[in-house]
Amino acid sequence: MNFEFSEEQNMLREQAQGFLKDHCPTAAVRTILDGDEPFDRNLWRSVVDMGWVATTIPEEFDGLGLGYLELSVIAEELGRVFAPLPFSSSVYLATEALLGWGSRQQKEAWLPKLANGTAIGCFAVAEGGGHTTAGSIQATVADGALSGRKTPVTDGDIADFAIVIANGRAGPSAWIVALDDDGVTRSPVATLDPTRSHASIELRGVRAELLGQEGEGWSLLEQVYNRAAVLFAWEQVGGAETALQMAKEYALGRFAFGRPIASYQAIKHKLVNMYVKNTLARSNCYYGSWALSTGAPDLPIAAAAARVAAIQAYHFAAKENIQTHGGMGFTWEFDCQIPYRRSRLLAVNLGSEAVWQEKLIAAIETSRAA
Amino acid sequence: MDFKDTPEEAAFREQARQWLQANAPTQEELAGLDAISAAKLWQKRKYDAGWACITWPKEHGGRGATPMENVIWGQEEARVNTPDSVFAIGHGMCGPTMMAWATEDQNKRYLPRLASGEEIWCQLFSEPAGGSDLAALRTRAVRDGDEWVINGQKIWTSGAHFSDFGIIVLRTDPEAPKHQGLSYFFLDMKSPGIEIKPIKQISGAANFNEVYFTDVRVPDAQRLGAVGQGWQVALTTLMNERAAIGSGGGGVNFDSVFELAQAVNLGDRPAIEDSGVRRRLADWYVQEAGLKYTGYRSMSALSRGETPGPENSIGKLVGAPKLQDMATFALDLLESGGAIWDPELSEKAGLFQATYMSSPGLRIAGGTDEIMANIIAERVLGLPQDVRVDKGIPFNKIPTSNS
Repeated sequence: MNFEFSEEQNMLREQAQGFLKDHCPTAAVRTILDGDEPFDRNLWRSVVDMGWVATTIPEEFDGLGLGYLELSVIAEELGRVFAPLPFSSSVYLATEALLGWGSRQQKEAWLPKLANGTAIGCFAVAEGGGHTTAGSIQATVADGALSGRKTPVTDGDIADFAIVIANGRAGPSAWIVALDDDGVTRSPVATLDPTRSHASIELRGVRAELLGQEGEGWSLLEQVYNRAAVLFAWEQVGGAETALQMAKEYALGRFAFGRPIASYQAIKHKLVNMYVKNTLARSNCYYGSWALSTGAPDLPIAAAAARVAAIQAYHFAAKENIQTHGGMGFTWEFDCQIPYRRSRLLAVNLGSEAVWQEKLIAAIETSRAA
Repeated sequence: MDFKDTPEEAAFREQARQWLQANAPTQEELAGLDAISAAKLWQKRKYDAGWACITWPKEHGGRGATPMENVIWGQEEARVNTPDSVFAIGHGMCGPTMMAWATEDQNKRYLPRLASGEEIWCQLFSEPAGGSDLAALRTRAVRDGDEWVINGQKIWTSGAHFSDFGIIVLRTDPEAPKHQGLSYFFLDMKSPGIEIKPIKQISGAANFNEVYFTDVRVPDAQRLGAVGQGWQVALTTLMNERAAIGSGGGGVNFDSVFELAQAVNLGDRPAIEDSGVRRRLADWYVQEAGLKYTGYRSMSALSRGETPGPENSIGKLVGAPKLQDMATFALDLLESGGAIWDPELSEKAGLFQATYMSSPGLRIAGGTDEIMANIIAERVLGLPQDVRVDKGIPFNKIPTSNS
């Protein structure tokens, strides 16, 4: 039994932790929260220099050619510090879609740019409120020109290109769209989590290049989401871990009725519940990473389980962290708001808890019927 | 990252599997034997072939193998049909405590017979006034020459009625503060003055006993640790208890409830098509998988020869309430039929009803949910202990419960 990260992967983790401690302290996250910048450009440059965005891109496209266990390690560490970066959009979604479904030409066009950070990619799926389904997509492509309105698009205001789900002749398909096109109008969207940027994108007859097969966009999306779910879950577990640490440190230092509140069972058991949920989520993430890295047929089950567990753990840790801090946790000055915002954002991106619970049971049914 | 055995582990697994296939007791061999005799037959066979108490040193009757090999053995033994063990407490808790605290001669006398199943041991810790607060126990031992005289009552003693020996914590100095007035012994369960009464549980079973002591004599030579050091010795036992009890087990799991939801209707369609049912099943799957892979992580540490991290401490805390919730949910799916508890009439011969009635005990035995949470809070997260108002006070001055 070797259900553990390797020594090299653990070294990568140490290196990432050390780097992020210096380059992404909470103050850096707060700068984005309080300011007008959509993301931390300096941090992004450093992360690009470290090669993190190029982790799973093959060497022939100027990437590092590493695997998903390495990317899982980086995801957890970025999540742990609430990195205000377009990493998930560009790496877990856009890069994954190109790696899996891009033609040789598309890969040559985009992967080297993604690897060296000259291009940021994003996914444009949702078209306003409510659950997005294959049948609810309104955006259309006619004669290679895409029209429609996508909102919210995570990192849509800073990305260089988007992978857009829109209806072609054969139903929902995935299209690569360069966002510097004249027909593109982008406006920032205020969200629950200003430390991550979002946009509303208006597309009017924009040149669109088909990614994968026509009419198979929804299946592509689901498969990319299954892969991204594991990496999102690691970010969530990292963030949940920080929320637990924040609550623990505060409870140890905060005295009430003559003793640290961390000595009251009501607080102790709250923190234990965080620990339990975080541990269950982490172990599910391990299995998700294993399935992702080996291409196991179990991936839909593994990804959904990791995703559900991570959504639940992060939500619980983030809200109970505020509760543990009492009134101070509710102030702008304290950092408790950061995991609270981020936990919800990560929960509703990619489809929320109920969606993944349904995917999980459906995947179990499929696997047992086989 | 993989789930494969190392070459050594694979060889051990193969060896264990072959031996089990050739030696697991047949139905004919077990026919007519009561549970204890069947368990003893199987234990003796393992012992004779060197497969008893896998991690114990050979000189004590064990195999001298690694904790990882013990895990592999457990997996393989679970795959064949063998009699239920009556030795879990003896092998899991009493033996390790003896090894840490008894004399060499004592270990030579007792451990091989414990390993072979010739003698069965039990653990006499809890008392009516000392459950979660174990150190509040009151059963007295008074020194009389080379012996101690015991008077009082123990409770929740599994297997006391068929045990040959027991380990016991006793109050030897009521004037010392709670934890300091305790001493630890092992004793002969057939000693005069011991009276054992089974406790009937809400499940109808009687796995536990009350054990009454009236002027029971135990030699001072059977004391483990110094006089007044009983708490420290007891901690050795308790650490092994939490390792031994694990995640609660039981036959109700995701699969059984998932299959039930496929088989029964909710309204006019199969329950499995109901989104509420699906969401709850998803949550249980996630918990069950989380516990399973947490176990794999611990096993990986064992496999590398390391001590597993604290993550496995969540097993009982998550597993026992989950079992109760799932059994309850299954009964609800069966609607009014869920109330029927009759092996002839009930789904899965009454498994859900039996689990519903037995699961409350799992949330209490071996440390209640609340105590398990305290342990994780203090030992894993490093949070301070609750304030103890009885700290430093002579035991006989501490306020006690209404009686």
